[in-house]
Amino acid sequence: MKKVQLAIVGGGPAGLAAAIAAREAGLQDILIIERGEALGGILGQCIHAGFGLHTFGQELTGPEYAQRFIDRVEDMKIPYLLGTMVLDINENKVLTVTGRETGLIQIQAEAIVLAMGCRERPRGALNIPGTRPAGIYSAGTAQRLVNLEGYLPGKNVVILGSGDIGLIMARRMTLEGAKVHAVAEVMPYSGGLKRNIVQCLDDFNIPLLLSTTVVDIQGRGHIESVTLAQVDERRKPIPGTEKVIPCDTLLLSVGLLPENELSLSAGVALDGVTGGPVVGDDLATSVPGVFACGNVLHVHDLVDFVSEEAGRAGRSAAEYVLHRRSAGRTVALRGKNGVRYTVPQHIDADAMADTVTVRFRVGQPYRGAALCAWAGDRLIRRIPKRILTPGEMESFPIRKADIPADCDTITFTVEEAAQ
Amino acid sequence: MTRQLTCIGCPMGCQLTATVENGVVTTVTGNTCKRGDDYARKECVAPMRTVTGTVRMADGRVVSVRTRTDVPKAKMFDVAEAFNRARPAAPLHIGDVVIADVCGTGVDVVATSNRE
Amino acid sequence: MYDVLIVGGGAVGCAVARELSRYQLNMCLVERGEDVCVGTSKANSAIVHAGFDAAPGTLKARFNVEGSEMMEDLSRELDFDYRRNGALVLCFHEADMPRLRELHQRGKKNHVQGLEILWGDALRKKEPALSDKVYAALYAPTSAIVCPFGMTVALYENARKNGCQFQFDTAVETIERTGDHFTVHTSRGDMAARVVVSCAGVHGDTLHNQLCHKQYHTVPRRGEYCLLDKKDGKIVDRTIFQLPSAMGKGILVTPTVHGNLLLGPTAADQEDRDSVATTAAGLDTVTATAALSVPGLPMRDVITSFAGLRAHLAETDDFVIGESAENFFEALGIESPGLTSAPAIGQYLAKAVAEKLRAAEKADFDPTRRDIPHLREMDFEARAALVAENPAYGNVICRCEGISEGEIVEAIHRGARSLDGVKRRCRAGMGRCQGGFCSPKVMALLCRELGVPMEALTKSGGGSYLVQGMTKEAQA
Repeated sequence: MKKVQLAIVGGGPAGLAAAIAAREAGLQDILIIERGEALGGILGQCIHAGFGLHTFGQELTGPEYAQRFIDRVEDMKIPYLLGTMVLDINENKVLTVTGRETGLIQIQAEAIVLAMGCRERPRGALNIPGTRPAGIYSAGTAQRLVNLEGYLPGKNVVILGSGDIGLIMARRMTLEGAKVHAVAEVMPYSGGLKRNIVQCLDDFNIPLLLSTTVVDIQGRGHIESVTLAQVDERRKPIPGTEKVIPCDTLLLSVGLLPENELSLSAGVALDGVTGGPVVGDDLATSVPGVFACGNVLHVHDLVDFVSEEAGRAGRSAAEYVLHRRSAGRTVALRGKNGVRYTVPQHIDADAMADTVTVRFRVGQPYRGAALCAWAGDRLIRRIPKRILTPGEMESFPIRKADIPADCDTITFTVEEAAQ
Repeated sequence: MTRQLTCIGCPMGCQLTATVENGVVTTVTGNTCKRGDDYARKECVAPMRTVTGTVRMADGRVVSVRTRTDVPKAKMFDVAEAFNRARPAAPLHIGDVVIADVCGTGVDVVATSNRE
Repeated sequence: MYDVLIVGGGAVGCAVARELSRYQLNMCLVERGEDVCVGTSKANSAIVHAGFDAAPGTLKARFNVEGSEMMEDLSRELDFDYRRNGALVLCFHEADMPRLRELHQRGKKNHVQGLEILWGDALRKKEPALSDKVYAALYAPTSAIVCPFGMTVALYENARKNGCQFQFDTAVETIERTGDHFTVHTSRGDMAARVVVSCAGVHGDTLHNQLCHKQYHTVPRRGEYCLLDKKDGKIVDRTIFQLPSAMGKGILVTPTVHGNLLLGPTAADQEDRDSVATTAAGLDTVTATAALSVPGLPMRDVITSFAGLRAHLAETDDFVIGESAENFFEALGIESPGLTSAPAIGQYLAKAVAEKLRAAEKADFDPTRRDIPHLREMDFEARAALVAENPAYGNVICRCEGISEGEIVEAIHRGARSLDGVKRRCRAGMGRCQGGFCSPKVMALLCRELGVPMEALTKSGGGSYLVQGMTKEAQA
């Protein structure tokens, strides 16, 4: 059986950054396994600008951002397989891999970095009633068709979901000559960046309909129209508010789900909220030697944070192979009062770096609030926030020196502004 | 004349009101920080955008492109039209000029991915 | 002039075609859709019913039990997915026990083997996820699950191999007698045949009423379903029914042969014979009613919902099967247990037609057919050998279901012309992302293998085009 010190599952932004960091940490024997035909993952189809402000101080497009990491991987001569998919990972870190070039083989890894990314939530997950005609695409599928394959799904478009992919596709379809009639969002606020709302919708006079959803889809062979309706506070459609919009395309941008089927096959424990592995500050999962980073761990909104997080996973994996760190005192992290989850879910108060960035999302928008970290009833750190929204991942640095010796749990909360 | 706009500086999305007189922004209200003031002054007088898209190559494949820097917002559709007309030949590499001085903006359109 | 023209490429039509292809007959099957298995046969509960539900003495009872007994052997002969998982009919109140016992008795009269009533602990030991409100249940060990697409496509391929012709995108409009044969007017011209076998699902009454004195009216009965992710396919092992009502067998919870969990169907009569739209109310009913049998179903794992139409007849609760007018044979009103009954109906009608035409059996009839290899189910060595032989089997296209390029190419070579055609034959796009990742790749393979441009590809035939054109084309 082929052996490798570190197998990296996925050659997108997370896998690439993990590979580079592991090599920089001194690990030689690394293999990136990518199922697509090119490295770079989903960035290849994200041809809009806005990537890399944190990492490179400039606004790159997705392919440009990816290429910087691909070039590093090439320069470092880190081996990779393309068009090759990992079918299974067992508890002993044996990967079953298939590809045109490799055939069906097994690879024994000493350490594994999970970097498989996420997938889009399909229509079925929303249970949108109506017919099941052609012309309904998830936004990412349409993005691939338009940007990589050069085909236009349709010319009269309705978009459900105002996350960033939906907003970006509204502009993209418009610039390709399509008419985007509306972007509907079931929540009373958009999950997308303000900049995208202005530059992808307002610039083109595309209406953003908040508290609105698709309640019916019409058309037998091909989609002919959708019915939109306003929803109440419990997201139930309000009778009498229905409006039929003729269209030939419905794009769904209704959420991303970490793709953890392989993690499960390896026996990795998952977090019910993030849908990704439960990890420590070194991004180690519950299975020794298996690490996770990027959108397979939790869905990010900035690739810069993915790269940074993946670097940490790559370094930890190298450390695991080269000189295992000794385990110290585990402190659990948890979210409460508006903080939906934390990544990592626990830290090692002895072995951790001087500062560990804890990331999480809040459950609803807040203005003039503060984020707090508590050890029992002691406030460790308080960070005032003018604005918190579920669409933006928060980063909360925890200093090793601030963790009390008797602390076994740190709780993160939103402190709401006084009314 | 006044203009309403949404600040893009952060998720706050402050609703700004800018007063424009003779092509100059005299006052900005509604902002909660300096970024809003700066944004409104630029956006009202000379709004700029980076335009990205694809170009079909002579061999039928598509390649992603961008304006190297931002261009006047009013020219967005003209630039997109120019993307539609170009038919560059392979190979193309990131940064290669696909359209020089697009629509008289003085800005080049460059490839953002490699096509051998 | 054909000896036999079969109308309708659903499970019954394909079963008739396969059984008739045993004989020396010049025959053709016409189907209004772009493929076989595009009507009632593609959207149902996928159950091989044991046969306790149908009233004794009816055609439903007869063909149900016969079909159920044939199915396992047929699944081996034609290589389609089938699993005898058993079924439970739940009774929630002591007061309903007479109805459960009646079902038990009915099953015995229909010669259903192994029926027994289970109580409390014995019941929950078999199915721990059942509601603790369940009082008792009728256990039917012979009930099974089947892949309706797999079965119908297998029958089609085997019929084709044995000489039956198939013509798609051909809707029969009217039928008339011309001397000693029929002239069938279709959307693609006239066809002549000595015998017509109508297996036209919800459209069956249209043909029947043109030729027969006694008139029937089909009332399409819509059933809505929710399909859950494979990770939930083991929540129950058996098919879980509730006590049936006048409208049907009620909402069931069942694993599918592919390991998903299926909930449904509702039952609502409609006039429209083509609309298979789901409704908010219907999907809510599925959710609420299924939860009575199995509480806490993870509805956030629903990957798709769909609706199908059962061909219910206004005039009778039974099937109408046989030679309804001289040389006009039919299977009319084939609602549940139609899928189960299909092989038996096919056998029965084929024999009747062959006798009528005094057709001789073929010496070279080949009853076997092999499915496209299921790589995901192979052991490592077998799979590695296949990949070594043909690297396209090593290239995974549909990541959720683990379907390779080789399997998809074979599906196309065997007749798939659309995304749904590929999906039904090899499950590419049938998984948890519902084709989000693989659709563009499957589309590229369809273009390559069929030699057609992307703009010509459809989701499911007709006008269901997948793209409206190339970008930049207006300027080219």
